[in-house]
Amino acid sequence: MDVLDLSRWQFGITTVYHFLFVPLTIGLSVIVAGLQTAWYRTGKPAYLRLTKFWGKLFLINFAMGVVTGIVQEFQFGMNWSDYSRFVGDVFGAPLAMEGLMAFFLESTFLGLWIFGWDRLSPRLHLATIWAVAIGTNLSAYFILAANSWMQHPVGYRLNPETGRAELTDIWAVLTNSTALVTLPHVIFGAFITAGAFITGVSAWQLLKKRHIELFRTSARMAMAVTLVASVGVAFSGHWQAQIMTEQQPMKMAAAEALWEDESSAGFSIFAVGDVARGRNHINLQIPYGLSLLSTNTLDGRVEGINDVQARYEALYGPGDYRPIIGVAYWSFRLMIGFGVLAALLAAAGLWLTRRGRLPENPWFHRIAIWGIGLPFLANSLGWIFTEMGRQPWTVFGVMRTAAAVSPGVDIPEVAITLVGFTLLYGVLAAIEVRLLLKFIRIGPEDEPGQESADVAPALSY
Amino acid sequence: MELTTVWFLLIAVLWTGYFVLEGFDFGVGVLLPFLGRDETDRRTILATIGPVWDGNEVWLIVAGGATFAAFPEWYATLFSGFYLPLFAILVALILRGVAIEYRGKSDNPRGWDRSMFFGSLLPAFLWGVAFANIVRGVPLDADHEYTGSLLTLLNPYALLGGLATLTLFTLHGALFLTLRTEGDLRARAATLSKLLALAALAVGGAFLVITQLTVGRPATWVVAGIAAAGIGASLPATLRGRDGWAFTASAVAIVAVTVTLFGNLWPNVMPALDPANSLTVDNASSTPYTLAVMTWVAVVFTPLVLAYQGWTYWIFRRRLTRSRS
Repeated sequence: MDVLDLSRWQFGITTVYHFLFVPLTIGLSVIVAGLQTAWYRTGKPAYLRLTKFWGKLFLINFAMGVVTGIVQEFQFGMNWSDYSRFVGDVFGAPLAMEGLMAFFLESTFLGLWIFGWDRLSPRLHLATIWAVAIGTNLSAYFILAANSWMQHPVGYRLNPETGRAELTDIWAVLTNSTALVTLPHVIFGAFITAGAFITGVSAWQLLKKRHIELFRTSARMAMAVTLVASVGVAFSGHWQAQIMTEQQPMKMAAAEALWEDESSAGFSIFAVGDVARGRNHINLQIPYGLSLLSTNTLDGRVEGINDVQARYEALYGPGDYRPIIGVAYWSFRLMIGFGVLAALLAAAGLWLTRRGRLPENPWFHRIAIWGIGLPFLANSLGWIFTEMGRQPWTVFGVMRTAAAVSPGVDIPEVAITLVGFTLLYGVLAAIEVRLLLKFIRIGPEDEPGQESADVAPALSY
Repeated sequence: MELTTVWFLLIAVLWTGYFVLEGFDFGVGVLLPFLGRDETDRRTILATIGPVWDGNEVWLIVAGGATFAAFPEWYATLFSGFYLPLFAILVALILRGVAIEYRGKSDNPRGWDRSMFFGSLLPAFLWGVAFANIVRGVPLDADHEYTGSLLTLLNPYALLGGLATLTLFTLHGALFLTLRTEGDLRARAATLSKLLALAALAVGGAFLVITQLTVGRPATWVVAGIAAAGIGASLPATLRGRDGWAFTASAVAIVAVTVTLFGNLWPNVMPALDPANSLTVDNASSTPYTLAVMTWVAVVFTPLVLAYQGWTYWIFRRRLTRSRS
């Protein structure tokens, strides 16, 4: 392993890890704000209890998102200094905007929300959690605009003198078509994540026959959120596929193990291929599926790996322009598969709890508890697909990943940080899960509103 | 004014904001084991920074992001060059952030106190080391790549800089606790802050004098003087029970120290030992278009951020008391 491989592993591990917490934060922030709004409007104590219970789990998760997020920003400069030199003029702008517009908003108002129960009027206090929710969603937009520029660079020119990318149109970067379709996909995915989380935790409580009315409400609300968000994820994913077919045909072809250009291409369900020879041994397909997905027509033409490779060699010079086909193919498939399972679970749950019912049989509860993992797997695989599928490029068509790594950093240094972050993150994951379980077991407070969410009873402001 | 100047100033402002605000967070974390005699003490100490520490830390994130956007070369050289110290800072900030948020929810708060202590001590020290090196200059090649090693960064001058920020931030934290608590805890914080003021005056003074004698320019002597005066003024203010003024004095001192460092830096952003390879506001900067876009963003949003962060401090302005339960 060289510095490049180690840096890529580090980026992969720290980013996938960071993104375990982010979607849950995005989804839960809005749901908790919604619950508090319901309490503010109706005055029903049940909504306050739910706000506080889910709010506490939200905070435990939020902290991990915050502390792992700093690593993300530093990492570009630490491990990818040539990338930073090359793209800073363009890529730095959305990152700086994210900090100034979104991070300040969410972190400052979260402090007010946690400690402000007794110090702010109910109306103002409600506004603080909405400010947090807006901040988290806004930050998703800016970071996706930055990432989308790597997928589909727009609004820039290459300066022949310095060899750097220079921003020419910030509006083009902020309204990049890739960003506009990726944002809803990620946000809806975040709501599926939060929905499945709330459903699973509620199922555990129902299995133990605790706070039955409260958690029946929670579960039904969460399953409705999951189901609606699943529809959103499917539609936005469809648009994404179309844009990807147009902008990064190699990624789409790799996702489908489609070797040659094809009209009326089928959607592959299961394939075993021979990458060296560029063909499949087995390929189980839904006829016309891929053409429909990526062009909206049954006979649309979809480019294949071998053909795109030949075209890119003519365009960019000799080289291998294929990502790791197996990774792209399976991460894409499994992302969709896990997402579909999460949606089916929510649909089944809504049916089983219709009109005041609760499932008699405990099997559904148990599945729902394990179902918490589904969206996390789908989110991670989605990012692995979109980032690994872009290889060998770091900025598509403009800069290769191999040229992006820090030239001045050596193997021992990256090895230290890779091992260090991985171990630290592993320990933190164990602590976070234990803490979540502890507060899930404790359950909602019986008489909420007596004390601040996070201040020891012995203290007063 | 040229936009590169505007952004040099703005990044100086962001670091100043970070050091003034996170400075007392670090100080509070370092003082936790010394001032927290029992669990209620320790909870009270941490509750003083509970609502604000996260917002304070964002100043660092925005300083980093602004450097990336406005001076990509500076960002790339600094972050890849100071690789291991930054890794240590990141680990420390992670441990500290998790400690603050999880301590009260955990069954074993004492374990988190250690994370809190080291997670505050290490960055408070290492930021001084980093900035001393930036101001003094480091070995850079013609491509602006850092060519030194970890040991290059741990030179005596830089270590003195680390001790200077550590004592200064600890003093700042002690004065913050004096301002925000009552009774016995406040009295102990006040007593400690007097000792810390003397230590900060000695260590910080030595650091500033050496800085001025080596890389200083006439104008920054005045600012360095203000820094010393700020540290000094905290002493009589504490003795007279003017806690607000004492805290203001240490805040002024931190502002002045940061201004001294950035004032000596200009027009470089990262001077190299061979001046031909130095990164300056001109050769490290983004294009005028990017700087103009970011200037608009900063002009609109910085006042807004200052307003709502200031409002937060107003909301939590009352002293924390131990209840008589």
